[in-house]
Amino acid sequence: MSRRVTPESNRLTVTGSGRSLEWFGLVALVALIAAQVLAVLTSPPERDMGHLQKILYVHVPAAWNAFMAFFVVAIASLMYLWKGRERHDLLAASAAEVGTVFTGLTLALGSIWGRPTWGIWWTWDPRLTSTAVLFLVFVGYLSLRSFVEDADQRAQWSAAVGLLGALNVPIVYMSVRWWRTLHQMQSNPSTVDPEYVIGLRSNGIALLLVLIYFILKRYRAARMERLVEHMAERAALEGRDRA
Amino acid sequence: MAFGQDLRRARAIMWKDLTTERRSKAGFNAVAFLGVLILLLFGFALGPDTEALREAAAGALWLAILFSGVLAFNRSYQLELDGGALEPLLLYPAPRWTIFAGKFGANLLFVLLVEAIVVPVAIILFQVKSTTGWGSAAGVMVLGSIGFVTLGTFYASMASRSRAREVLLPLLLFPMLIPVLLASVESSNALLAGNPMRDAGAWVQLLVAFDVIFVVASFLAFDHVIEV
Repeated sequence: MSRRVTPESNRLTVTGSGRSLEWFGLVALVALIAAQVLAVLTSPPERDMGHLQKILYVHVPAAWNAFMAFFVVAIASLMYLWKGRERHDLLAASAAEVGTVFTGLTLALGSIWGRPTWGIWWTWDPRLTSTAVLFLVFVGYLSLRSFVEDADQRAQWSAAVGLLGALNVPIVYMSVRWWRTLHQMQSNPSTVDPEYVIGLRSNGIALLLVLIYFILKRYRAARMERLVEHMAERAALEGRDRA
Repeated sequence: MAFGQDLRRARAIMWKDLTTERRSKAGFNAVAFLGVLILLLFGFALGPDTEALREAAAGALWLAILFSGVLAFNRSYQLELDGGALEPLLLYPAPRWTIFAGKFGANLLFVLLVEAIVVPVAIILFQVKSTTGWGSAAGVMVLGSIGFVTLGTFYASMASRSRAREVLLPLLLFPMLIPVLLASVESSNALLAGNPMRDAGAWVQLLVAFDVIFVVASFLAFDHVIEV
């Protein structure tokens, strides 16, 4: 199955020792700590929620960045179907894994916040429900990947599933919103008090750095895994045991 | 007349699948009875209160259709995989979408026939009383089934060739079908409550949009998933 794919353009490479990536990870970690400290220090206790409001500094940026990750999945899947290059498939897979973790984090933190604020762990609110559906769509995507052994099949199929899943996000959101219209606005810099904006923004950026670090780290590992598989394949074809 | 020929090919594949099914009827009987069984289980789970049953009728019916119908999709590829017939089918000099169209047509007819058994049983078991809206409710059934069968046929083309196909298909399919489930249940409820103006219109539009988007997307993507 090689449409417009030359071995040259499809070659996977892993260069360098990855030390610069580790430095980037350290920067992301420091940025995250600094943003958290800044947010906690600058924001006064909220009138109704008190210090409970601090959880939003992880919850809301995690939600933003989860959507960012799924955007990467959609683009990389489209690129794979278009160009057929293995690296796009591996990038989509890496972003999907990290996005699923961030979505899970968003849901868990939302629940922890909801219990004291609304008195319930879960409510069938559109944003909550469609985030849960998104989470499940990508859990399906990841289990498809783990249930298919052939690398070409896995790449083609998960690109199609990733694209259809992304296509469904606005439809799911709309349908759940019509189903339940009793909900509150999401938090973003225009709906929260200026005192909280700086904390949200800085945490959004810090968590974006963490997201990029996670995806790149996972992407590097995925390329290494595939390179090893390619080597094993070549060795087997040449009748030598290079392992 | 290339398009006419393609349609003939799709019809031939559809006819082949339906004939295989008609000769044994094993799949149809099992799926239809499973649907009825799920309805009975919902009846037990929800209790004997007539009013509660009536309100839950549309939801229970749709879940029964989804849970039983999902078993049909893998089967439609499984017969070919077992007989080693999928590769020869792919070798025919015809566009790949004709295979999808044929399987889609056969599965749609299959699911509609299952519904022809399950729906009357649901009406009896859940004591649905309505004097209005039957025609429109039937239209909603067809629209919902198109969305269900499109994605079911599409995902089964992958799931049936993977390990753990029994669990993978529902895992992939059901989260995608939440808009179909919501729209079908809500609009059936609105129509059967004798108040068609309530909000059935918006839901029917959503169903139509879902069907159009995913029929097009599945037809386009099928080329990519079947070739490997």
